[in-house]
Amino acid sequence: MSYLDSLALTAPELILSLGATFLMLVAAWGGDKATRTISWGAVALFAAAGASLAGPAGHGGSAFFGLYTADAFGAFAKSLIYLAAAICVIIAPRWFEVNERNRAEYPVLILLAATGMGMMVSATDLLTLYVGLELNSLASYVLASMAQKDGRAAEAGLKYFVLGALASGILLYGISLLYGFTGSTHYVDIAHEMGGSAGMGALFGMVFVLAGLSFKVSAVPFHMWTPDVYEGAPTPVTCLFASAPKVAAMALLVRVSMVALGPATHQWQQIIAFAALASIILGAAGAIGQTNIKRLLAYSSINNVGFMLIGLAAGTREGVAAVLFYLTVYVVTVLGSFLAVLQLRDRQGKPVEAIAALAGLSQSRKGLAAALAVFMFSLAGIPPLFGFWPKLLVFQAAIDAHLLPLAIIGFVASVIGAFYYIKIVKIMYFDDAADMISPDNGLVERWTMALAAMLLVVGYVLIPWLGAASAQATGALF
Amino acid sequence: MITLGHYLFVSAILFVMGVLGIFINRKNIIIILMAIELILLSVNLNLVAFSAYLHDMVGQIFAMFVLTVAAGEAAIGLAILVIYFRGRGTIAVEDANRMKG
Repeated sequence: MSYLDSLALTAPELILSLGATFLMLVAAWGGDKATRTISWGAVALFAAAGASLAGPAGHGGSAFFGLYTADAFGAFAKSLIYLAAAICVIIAPRWFEVNERNRAEYPVLILLAATGMGMMVSATDLLTLYVGLELNSLASYVLASMAQKDGRAAEAGLKYFVLGALASGILLYGISLLYGFTGSTHYVDIAHEMGGSAGMGALFGMVFVLAGLSFKVSAVPFHMWTPDVYEGAPTPVTCLFASAPKVAAMALLVRVSMVALGPATHQWQQIIAFAALASIILGAAGAIGQTNIKRLLAYSSINNVGFMLIGLAAGTREGVAAVLFYLTVYVVTVLGSFLAVLQLRDRQGKPVEAIAALAGLSQSRKGLAAALAVFMFSLAGIPPLFGFWPKLLVFQAAIDAHLLPLAIIGFVASVIGAFYYIKIVKIMYFDDAADMISPDNGLVERWTMALAAMLLVVGYVLIPWLGAASAQATGALF
Repeated sequence: MITLGHYLFVSAILFVMGVLGIFINRKNIIIILMAIELILLSVNLNLVAFSAYLHDMVGQIFAMFVLTVAAGEAAIGLAILVIYFRGRGTIAVEDANRMKG
């Protein structure tokens, strides 16, 4: 395969990185006044990158001597990532206008982060994995500390940076051990060695790699950063952190565990199962006492990641397909929830984050309250809503893989977790009105939010289609 | 004779010192940045030692990538630290507690 063929397979990353460089020049020239132009440029780039997935970049196979693979699995994850990132670019200018000033570098940073995420999901070599992961992380650290008027943002950025750097250190140490004891950084070669003679050293490396990656998906032993970063970061950035990087990190984790560490499934299964249960239980328990809605959504994302990990712990084709299905529904729900949170402003236009301020929202803002209720019920997995189906698939995969205890504990914990989602609905519909939320709001956000809520209500029409798409994407890994 | 085992032992010690430097240190955030560099250097030592042992260039190339990314990471870390200091007037670890729970 020639160099040009390889370049064609990396089309989405090329579009995004070249586009980001160009928009950076525009930002340098036009200053913060050009923010809206740059934002729309970034959205156009995301659309172009997404469209390029229909060509060879979506199914072309391996490029650059196996460093990078363009397959259906990567294309599925990337289209989700680009969608989520584009929405986070669109909703930002309004928030920054009211709370800070508009920053021209915000869309550029999101473009760079998305380039890194694309590399993460397409990586089939530990080197590409590391570079993609860092490209995403370095942009994210800056994004987290972007609101300079709010003292919490710098603290969030600092905490995210320190813990993120520690996690990539742990991941790298694992990578160095895997490389040393299997003799290669290429996934397929590692799998070959793991199936044969690899001893304790490689297993040690595997544990470190899984620990580093579980930080990126915020699974339990490494979840400490999540609530603080979600609360402190500007809300549009929190919206990004909750959606796109979760998809990238989860897809990366799936590819590493199924392709590179596939022959060692029985060894990592126990680790992933523990992380899954711990995340579900801690995510449900930690959310109960929260008074800030962004913090509550942070615990909710820990909880949801736990359910996805159950699907991965099954270690089967059905399990991985269930993870992809779950990711899709999760991204729609979480984007919707954060759009709803962005609508919560007081009469001066300042954002409201206290859960107590939601009291009586059903009288002052009927549509918003209904949408928020749909998102909460969907996150809790109440049956008629879309959020129920991925949970069902995940449990089914676990039971088929003879992990019945895991499925039962997960099911019980999901009932406990439903408590705090329903508490929000109760506050909105049955408490006395606090009358703190202003009725005025942004049009784009309102329509996107309404669309997400609609999707979650009538989502069961999409189940066969989404099931087929995720099964086809999973087929690329086996 | 210095064997692969010696290199791995030294790098394991460096790695543990780096991790402890992040968790035990209660004073200064700059010390945390130094501990992170220590971790990355221990990884580089590992990679180069393995690369020499396996007669394979990939490890050394990887080490160059790690060095480059470490430089970028330090730059961003210090930049965030400057913003933080401007707002708070301190870089003590125990003062970073505006958010809890």
